[in-house]
Amino acid sequence: MTLLSDARVHDAGVVQTVNLAEEVSHYLAHLGFLPGTRVEVLRRAPAGDPTVYRVDNVEVALRRDTARHITLKLEHGVGE
Amino acid sequence: MSCHAPVLEQIEENPKTASTASRLRTVALVGPPNSGKSTLFNRLTGMRQKVANYPGVTVEHHSGRMKSIGRSDLTLIDLPGIYSLSTYSEDARVAVEVLTGKMPGVPRPDCVLLVLDATHMNRQLMLAAPVFSIGLPTLVLLNMSDQLELRGGKIDTLALARELGHPVALISAAKDIGLEVVPDFLVQADGTLNTKLRPVQLPVLQSPAACRAWASQVTTRTGYQSPAVSRWTQRLDSILLHRVAGPLIFLAVVFAVFQVVFSIGQPLSDGLGALLDHVGAGLGQMLPDNWLRLLLLDGIWRGVTSVLVFLPQILLLFLFIGVLEDSGYLARAALIADRVMRSIGLNGKAFIPLLSAYACAVPAIMATRTIENKRERLATILIAPFMTCSARLPIYTLIIAAFVPHRLFLGGLIGLRALVMLGLYGLGFCAALITARILNSSVMKASPAPFILELPQYRWPTLQSLGLRLYDRGKLFLKKAGTVILGVTFLVWSLSVIPVRGGQLSDLSTSVIGHLGHGIEPLIRPLGFNWKIGIGLLSSIVAREVIVGTLGTLYGMDPGTHALGLEAALRHDITAAGAIALVVFFAFAMQCTSTLAVVRRETNSWKFPALQFTYMTTVAYLAALITNQVLLRLL
Repeated sequence: MTLLSDARVHDAGVVQTVNLAEEVSHYLAHLGFLPGTRVEVLRRAPAGDPTVYRVDNVEVALRRDTARHITLKLEHGVGE
Repeated sequence: MSCHAPVLEQIEENPKTASTASRLRTVALVGPPNSGKSTLFNRLTGMRQKVANYPGVTVEHHSGRMKSIGRSDLTLIDLPGIYSLSTYSEDARVAVEVLTGKMPGVPRPDCVLLVLDATHMNRQLMLAAPVFSIGLPTLVLLNMSDQLELRGGKIDTLALARELGHPVALISAAKDIGLEVVPDFLVQADGTLNTKLRPVQLPVLQSPAACRAWASQVTTRTGYQSPAVSRWTQRLDSILLHRVAGPLIFLAVVFAVFQVVFSIGQPLSDGLGALLDHVGAGLGQMLPDNWLRLLLLDGIWRGVTSVLVFLPQILLLFLFIGVLEDSGYLARAALIADRVMRSIGLNGKAFIPLLSAYACAVPAIMATRTIENKRERLATILIAPFMTCSARLPIYTLIIAAFVPHRLFLGGLIGLRALVMLGLYGLGFCAALITARILNSSVMKASPAPFILELPQYRWPTLQSLGLRLYDRGKLFLKKAGTVILGVTFLVWSLSVIPVRGGQLSDLSTSVIGHLGHGIEPLIRPLGFNWKIGIGLLSSIVAREVIVGTLGTLYGMDPGTHALGLEAALRHDITAAGAIALVVFFAFAMQCTSTLAVVRRETNSWKFPALQFTYMTTVAYLAALITNQVLLRLL
């Protein structure tokens, strides 16, 4: 189990848990951040934060503060 | 904006008349953010709601008759994008209330057009379950079919329709493909209004997880193939969001806007000015040499045209804003700037309203409805008018062209005038940041709200959409010149010739306005302003552009500067220090009645607009005072 904020660029994995305030997790759920969906770390913003993730074929940017409340099971052999 | 007849009865309440005529009256456009509802709305009604390539452009409901498909009897309601029927933000609340018939003054919709982005169905379908459960006849429109095809995605609309129990069609609102299904559906829906819909198996608990599981099952069973990721978006992002190149490109883009406003806009504006002067001189020869000629020519013509000449610059600015919004770059700019926003305690979501405040603060304040956190929303509303709106452009370009020498650096790449302009924009931005900081540390101890931003795929801005934007903007500007500015210049002229003594009009300095101006002069002399500028400032409380019109009229009436153009007249009349102090004043001051009115409406109290006006005017006065006093000693 890894925190989404700790995943490196090009890593991918399946969301396990989302531990955020109701209204935030509700919004994130509708963007695809739900247990069981696959997330890929695409790139970091020029300042190193936020990070752009691909989930459900859509790119979503999250700050580290938010991403550290989401856990991930990393897939192996995806990182370059 | 609302076009439907206020007497529209709901069908349930009036079954007798309903049986004879068409019973269908109101159609609602529903869908997730950035799925293209407003583009479709514009296609079906022939109206022009603002569209752009980022989520959250529409924050209010708009109605229009479906004229473009020959159904003027039907009202179409465009709603803000929603993800579900739970509401956390103001714009989502509006959508859900209209949809469920709880919005006062808006009839309950009789059927629904559900617009989903076909390029990511797993997520978009999640909204279908709660929308179907409202129980209205629904047509599912899978939008952006052109993108889906281009990137090799597949969708089986028949299988999907069987699975959903509602008709499904693949369309492209932007390219006008497949829209003929809408009138067909409306005819059908009319016949089935009272019949029971086919039962559909929907998730029992409509939690996001249940909706999601249901959506995934549906897409799997119907053989949906999501399109490949756009390679162009990936390539562009690897450059535009690059660690070093990204911010540099961002700055270069911003700078290029100002450079073009001067290098291309200024000659165009000078040409327009010469043309208008010529026309004015021609008109003058046709008029008898009496007070009427003075009023029409020196008063109104001079005042109004001195604002009109800025049309080319305004249009160029909006051309750039249009390209940035339609292409999808705006969301990337928000990502690059997030670090700065966070350091002042602002939500990343505040960035998009703040960016749109560069065009005008009024829509920007409306756009804050997408911010869920109430305190952050208020902070964003309060700082938005500091962003340099296009109404400041006329006075900025006038003063810069008159007082800043035309110098080029780096082999002509960078101009001094564009640099000064950039500085003024920077000044407003800094004032916004510092104010946000003060608000966050004292008035509103903000909880750290998350930054969640969808990055749309890049799209080419279409010439048609850019053309329409410029047309609408140009019309708005001309309308303002023909109403507000014309009215104020008429008033200024009238006050500058009364009292009439023995059939003789007053001189400028002995007139009512002369007395008024000299009365306030002591207050503004420390800022380097004379009494004419003072009158200009007073008149610009209505709207910022008005000062240019007022100055045009006043200098036109003054025998000493009558023969000069406005730029030359200003150089003749105020010092460079005073001129710079004037633009600094404009960078900070709250001179816009429309903004004050919209702040009152959105905050539901006079307290905040009053606070905002006092605070901004005080800051403007002090900043102009310091600027003038410092420059006087330096220059």
